[in-house]
Amino acid sequence: MATIRIPPVLRASVGGERELQADGGNVGEILRTLVEEHPSTESQLFGADGTLNRYVNVYLNDEDVRVLDGLDTAVESSDTLVILPAMAGGAR
Amino acid sequence: MSPSGAEVLRQIKSRIDEVDPSEVRDRLAHGAVVVDVREAEEWAGGHIPGAVHVPKSMLESRIEGASSDRSVPVVLYCASGNRSAWAARTLLDDLGYQHVESMTGGFTLWKDRGYDVDVPRFMSAEQRDRYSRHILLPEVGIEGQQKLLDAKVLLLGAGGLGSPTALYLAAAGVGTIGIVDDDVVDLSNLQRQVIHNTERVGISKVESAAITINALNPDVNVVQHKLRLDASNIMSILPDYDIVVDGLDNFPTRYLLNDASVRLRIPVVSAAILGFDGQLTVFKPYEGPCYRCLFPEPPPAELAPSCGANGVLGVLPGTMGLLQATEVIKLILDVGNPLIGRLAMYDALSATLTELKVRRDPHCAICSRDPDQITDEELGVFPDYEAFCAGAH
Repeated sequence: MATIRIPPVLRASVGGERELQADGGNVGEILRTLVEEHPSTESQLFGADGTLNRYVNVYLNDEDVRVLDGLDTAVESSDTLVILPAMAGGAR
Repeated sequence: MSPSGAEVLRQIKSRIDEVDPSEVRDRLAHGAVVVDVREAEEWAGGHIPGAVHVPKSMLESRIEGASSDRSVPVVLYCASGNRSAWAARTLLDDLGYQHVESMTGGFTLWKDRGYDVDVPRFMSAEQRDRYSRHILLPEVGIEGQQKLLDAKVLLLGAGGLGSPTALYLAAAGVGTIGIVDDDVVDLSNLQRQVIHNTERVGISKVESAAITINALNPDVNVVQHKLRLDASNIMSILPDYDIVVDGLDNFPTRYLLNDASVRLRIPVVSAAILGFDGQLTVFKPYEGPCYRCLFPEPPPAELAPSCGANGVLGVLPGTMGLLQATEVIKLILDVGNPLIGRLAMYDALSATLTELKVRRDPHCAICSRDPDQITDEELGVFPDYEAFCAGAH
């Protein structure tokens, strides 16, 4: 099972967890497992057409999956997926 | 009877290599390190362009900062060619440098020949004392400190991130610090916005920041921009600065800043914080990715956590703001590896720093184009966001 690092804006949708484990052989399968277990993450990750929202980046370890094979990028159980949504906040 | 100093010097000169000033420029061009071994006051009065300063009294302890590779040729000079001869003997006999020459006639002959001279700008005795711990660092030195004093840095916000950044940039002697903020100090700010204080609740943040900075370091010229950055004013403010520090709390202004900074080729040191998490990266136009390469689109308003009030651990903007200040100073000094094309994620709870690669998007709506082609009209316009955030603010 690969590790998924959950960003602050998505933690409320996954019961406050900062990291989760999920099954799947590629990025798309793992994110789908996440969405099945935590349905409220779906609209934040995926658009209506099933592709990753453009304001969310997903990294396999330190590399953007868009420069790899996107959702088809193969994932090993020792890998970590990092979800990085755009963040702004200077804390006025 | 022991030989006189003059006799020893004559012996040294007979066995070290000397080089005429006319050949020193050629040596420099071919990779030799030219070292000025005179005292700081003499160096400050003018020196050979491209030379480094290692006073003879500090030669043994500091020469490696100037040239650590013993096989690289070294040319030493002083005022007349005597102190540099003594120094050459030390490098050859005691420190194992293989190719050492002493310049005949020293800097006096160099000047008499009418060759180029670099005259560093005057730094007062008080400044030398204030910045002495910088000046001792080979990576900073007098020249680096002068670069800091000449630098103009714009801080967007005198809030959580801007407070520590402003304090340390001011302490470091960054000569001009512009601050953009239209807010006033609120009691709830003081848990993290350390440039303000309890007595200043209710006064404007730029004014409060200026008071603190001026008390810390009178060398710093604080430019107060008591306004909110928007499309109508950004192009009149940004061109006056070398580097922008972004601690913006909303997406529309982040895109606006990105587009304007790409057009003006001004690097942006950017950070964001939420809860216990921080992000940091440096956007240097045309050398690395821009904000739109990283996030071509902002999230929809309901998923944008930045518009309302959110919790943040008070020390977190301190940590992230100081990482920003560090990147700013590296950019000014041109040292180290700035965080260009890399994004650092700091998780305070787990005490981990994770690095992600950020790549330039060859199809980026902004930075794939020539800066002259970016028009005023297309600078970061996301009208829906402006309306949403204005309502929630």
